[in-house]
Amino acid sequence: MPDRIVGQPVARKEARDKVTGRSRYVDDLEFPELLHGATVRSPCARGRIRGVHFEGSLPWGEFTVVTAKDIPGKNCITLILDDQPCLADTVINHPEEAVVLLAHPDKYLLEEARRSVRVDIEPLPAVLTLEESLAQKEIVWGRDNILKSIAVEKGNVDDVWARADFIIEGEYRTGAQEQLYIEPNGMVAVANSTDGVTVWGSMQCPYYVHKALVPLFGLPENKVRVVQVETGGGFGGKEEYPSMIAAHAALLAWKSGKPVKIIYDRAEDMAATTKRHPSRTRHRTAVSREGKLLGMEIELALDGGAYATLSAVVLSRGTIHAAGPYLCPNVRIRSRALATNTPPQGAFRGFGAPQSTFALERHLNKVALAVGLTPGEFRRRNFLREGQTTATGQVIREKVDMSRLLERAFELSEYSAKVKRFAEENLGRRVKKGIGFASFMHGAGFTGSGEKYLASIVGVEATREGRVKVLTASTEIGQGTNTILCQIAADTLGLDCDRVEMAPADTAAVPNSGPTVASRTCMIVGKLVESAALALKQTLVGSGLLPAQYTPEEFAQACTRYVEKHGALKTFSQYQQPPEIQWDEENYKGDAYGAYGWAVYVAELSVDTLTCEVRVDDFIAVQEVGTIINPVLASGQIEGGVAQAIGFALYENVVWHEGRMANSQMTNYIIPTSMDVPRIRVYFEEVPYAYGPAGAKGLGELPMDGTAPAIVNAIENATGIIIDQIPVLPEQLMELLEVSRA
Amino acid sequence: MPDEARKVDVACKVNGRDHSIRVYPMARLLDVLREELHLTGAKEGCGEGECGACSVFLNGQLVNSCLIPAAQAHNAEITTIEGIAPAESLHAVQQAFIEAGGSQCGICTPGMIMAAVNLLERVPQPNEEDVRVGLAGNLCRCTGYTKIFEAVVRACRQMREQVRA
Repeated sequence: MPDRIVGQPVARKEARDKVTGRSRYVDDLEFPELLHGATVRSPCARGRIRGVHFEGSLPWGEFTVVTAKDIPGKNCITLILDDQPCLADTVINHPEEAVVLLAHPDKYLLEEARRSVRVDIEPLPAVLTLEESLAQKEIVWGRDNILKSIAVEKGNVDDVWARADFIIEGEYRTGAQEQLYIEPNGMVAVANSTDGVTVWGSMQCPYYVHKALVPLFGLPENKVRVVQVETGGGFGGKEEYPSMIAAHAALLAWKSGKPVKIIYDRAEDMAATTKRHPSRTRHRTAVSREGKLLGMEIELALDGGAYATLSAVVLSRGTIHAAGPYLCPNVRIRSRALATNTPPQGAFRGFGAPQSTFALERHLNKVALAVGLTPGEFRRRNFLREGQTTATGQVIREKVDMSRLLERAFELSEYSAKVKRFAEENLGRRVKKGIGFASFMHGAGFTGSGEKYLASIVGVEATREGRVKVLTASTEIGQGTNTILCQIAADTLGLDCDRVEMAPADTAAVPNSGPTVASRTCMIVGKLVESAALALKQTLVGSGLLPAQYTPEEFAQACTRYVEKHGALKTFSQYQQPPEIQWDEENYKGDAYGAYGWAVYVAELSVDTLTCEVRVDDFIAVQEVGTIINPVLASGQIEGGVAQAIGFALYENVVWHEGRMANSQMTNYIIPTSMDVPRIRVYFEEVPYAYGPAGAKGLGELPMDGTAPAIVNAIENATGIIIDQIPVLPEQLMELLEVSRA
Repeated sequence: MPDEARKVDVACKVNGRDHSIRVYPMARLLDVLREELHLTGAKEGCGEGECGACSVFLNGQLVNSCLIPAAQAHNAEITTIEGIAPAESLHAVQQAFIEAGGSQCGICTPGMIMAAVNLLERVPQPNEEDVRVGLAGNLCRCTGYTKIFEAVVRACRQMREQVRA
C-alpha cells in the first residue's frame, strides 16, 4: 500500500461496470407492469388555458391522464421561490410548460396520444428577449420582470472618472448553452397512499427532488424516497429540472397505481429543460497611465426565463466573479436576472461565472490595448495578491500567485515567442495562427453563507465485515465523487481504497450532504468525510478495540468486534463554517467563498480566413486548486470542462423561435467531436488549503470560465478583429472579417 | 398503431448466441437489443445517429443501432458491448479505458469502446489523426476526448505486446 491514498491515480470505483456496459442507468431499469409516461406541453409562449381536448380515435380509456387537478398537495416545484407550477392550471408562461401528463404501457401509442391532446390557449403577448424584458414591454413576472437584482459597491467609483487617464467601455454577450449530457433526463416512480412515493432516476441532487415531492404530495418526509441511479452526466442540467420529471412520473404512478417511467427523448430534453443563462455585460473601466485599475463599473443582465428557479444564485456567482482576480479600489456592480417567456434557464457548470468572466477577459484585452501594454503585462500589474481585497471586500488569505501561474502558462505555451512569430508568419497567409489567454478564478462551495445554511451532514459506517461505507447524498455523475470520497476516507483511516465503498445515494439511507453542485463535493463534502472518518477511528481506538497504530487487518477486526458488541458503528460530521468567513448578504460584502481556484489558460488556434473555420491547435490549462486528490480524475475534469467551453465559444448556438429552442437536435446543435478538441495539456500548482480535505479545493467548474475568452482573445490575435459575443460561428466570423476588410 | 399481425420473425446471432424474435419490421435494432434481449449496454443518446452511444457491430461493421430496422438484422451477426470479451474478462480496450480514465459518466463508454475496437481492427497502428477520425461518430461530453485518445494508444500498445508474447 502506498503511504498516502490521496494523490494517487486510483481507478474510478465504477469503471469496470461502465466499460462492460453493466452499469444500470434509469432507462435500463425494468419494472413489472410498467407504464411509460409522456408530457403534453403548451403550444405557445404565453396565454390563458381555455380547455384541453383529447382528439383522434384513440382508446383514451386505457390512458392514465393527469392534470393540475390531480395533484394531492401544492402545485409547485419547490426550490427557492415557489413560483413554478408542476402542471400549468390557468396560465402559460413559456412554450415548454407542462399541462397534461399521460401514461400507457405501449410507448408508441403513447406518443400518438401525446400528439392528439390539444391544449386550447388564449394567447397573450410574450416577452422573448432580455431587451424586451428590460424595457418592460409586458410585465410577465412580479412587478417589474426582475427575478433578482444585486448591487456591489467598493470604494467610491463616482470619483475616479475625473482623474482617470483612460476610460474604456465595452459590451459583451454570451448565448444560451445546452448542457447536453449524453444520457437524457429520466425517472421511474412508484407511488401509492400506503407506502408513499419512491423515485429512481438520473439526477445530481436527491434531496432537492425530495424537497419538491414532499409538498407536492402533502406527505411526511419519511414517506418520500429518492434514489439516484447511475447518471450519464449532469453539468448542472440535472440539478433542478429532475424534480419536475420526478414529480410528473410520481403523479402518474399515484393515479395509475403502477410504476411509471418517463424518459425524455433528446429533442424534448434539449427544448424543455434548463440551459445556461444568456447574458449581456457592460463594462466601464478607469485606468491610470501606469496601467493600474482605478475603477470598474459593471452591469450584468441575465435572461432567466419564465420562473425564478436558480436565477438568483446564478446571478450572485456571476456578479461576484465579474471583477475577476484583480485588485481594483473602486468597483460598482449592478446586476439583474430578468424574466422572459422562455423555458427557465438554470444551473450549468460555472453558474454565471463563465458569462461575466468572458466579458471581463475580453474587456481587459481592450483596456490593455488602450493603455499601450500587452495583455499579459496589464494583468500582471493588477493581479490580486494575498492580503488584498476582492470586489466584495473579501481579504484574500490564500497564498495566491497569479503572476506565477501566468508565467508558467506562458512558458509552457511559448506564448511570447508565438505572438511574435505568428505576427510575422500570418502576413499574406489564408490560414492565420493566433494565441490568446485568460486569467481567472472560481469560488468553491456555495456563495456567502450558503454552506452555513445547508449545514451538510456526512456519515462514515464500519460494517460487520470490517469494511467502511461513506454515507453521503453526493452523487457520482461522471466527475469522480465515488472515487475521491473513498480515497479521502481511506487516506484518513490508513486503509487501502478497496476497503472503502460508497453507500447508494438514497434519501432513505444517507444523510443530506447537500446538492452535488458548485464545485463543493471535494472541498466541502470531502472535508466532512475526512472528519467523520477521523471520528470513526477515534471511536474504535477509544473503545479499546483498536491500537493507535494498526494494520488494515487489525482495523477490520476492530470494526467486526465493535459491530458485534454495539450493533452498529456510524460516525457523522456536520459542516461548521470556518470562523474567519464573514458574509453580509444584505450589502454583498465580505467572504463570498471560502476558497478559490486560480487559473491561467492559453489557447492556440488557426483561423481559415476563407472558410472562417476556427481550429483549436493547442490548449494549456494551468491552475492552483489546492491538493490534488486524484490526478487522473482531476485532469479529466479540466479536459472535459475545456472541451465543453470550446463548444460554448465556437459551436453551441441555441436558435430561439417564439421562445422555443428551434434546433433541439444533435444534428443542428453542434458540440465538439474528437476532431475538434486538441489534446488538452493540464498543469496543477498545489497549494494546500487549510479547510479542504488533505488541502484540496474545488475544481469542476473552473475550466468553464476562462476557456472561451482565451479562445476569442486568440482569434483577435490571429485576425485583428474585435469580437464581443459568443458563440463565434463561421458565419459571424465571415461578416466580421468582411467588415474589417472593407 | 401496434398490430401483432404486422410483426415478422427475425433470426439473428447476438454475441454468439442464436435468437429468433418476433418484432415489427421497422422496430429499431436498439430497442430489440435493449427490450427483447435485455442487453442494455447500448444506450440511446439522440435517436438519430449523431452520438454513437448505441454503437454495435452488424456483420462486423460499426453501426448506430438506433438507425437499423430490425428486419435488417435478419440472418445477421451482431456484437454488443456485452459480447466484446469473454465473460468476466476484459478486452484490451476496456482495460485501457479503466487505466487511462477514458470513462467518466460512462453513458458514451460502451459505444466509444465499440468504435475503438472497430478502429483497431481496421487500423492496428493508428496515428493521432486515425484515432480522431475513427472516434468522430461517438460524442463524449465529459472527457474532452484527451483520456480516450490515451486509452486507445494504451490499448494498441497492449494488443501489440500480446501478439508478440
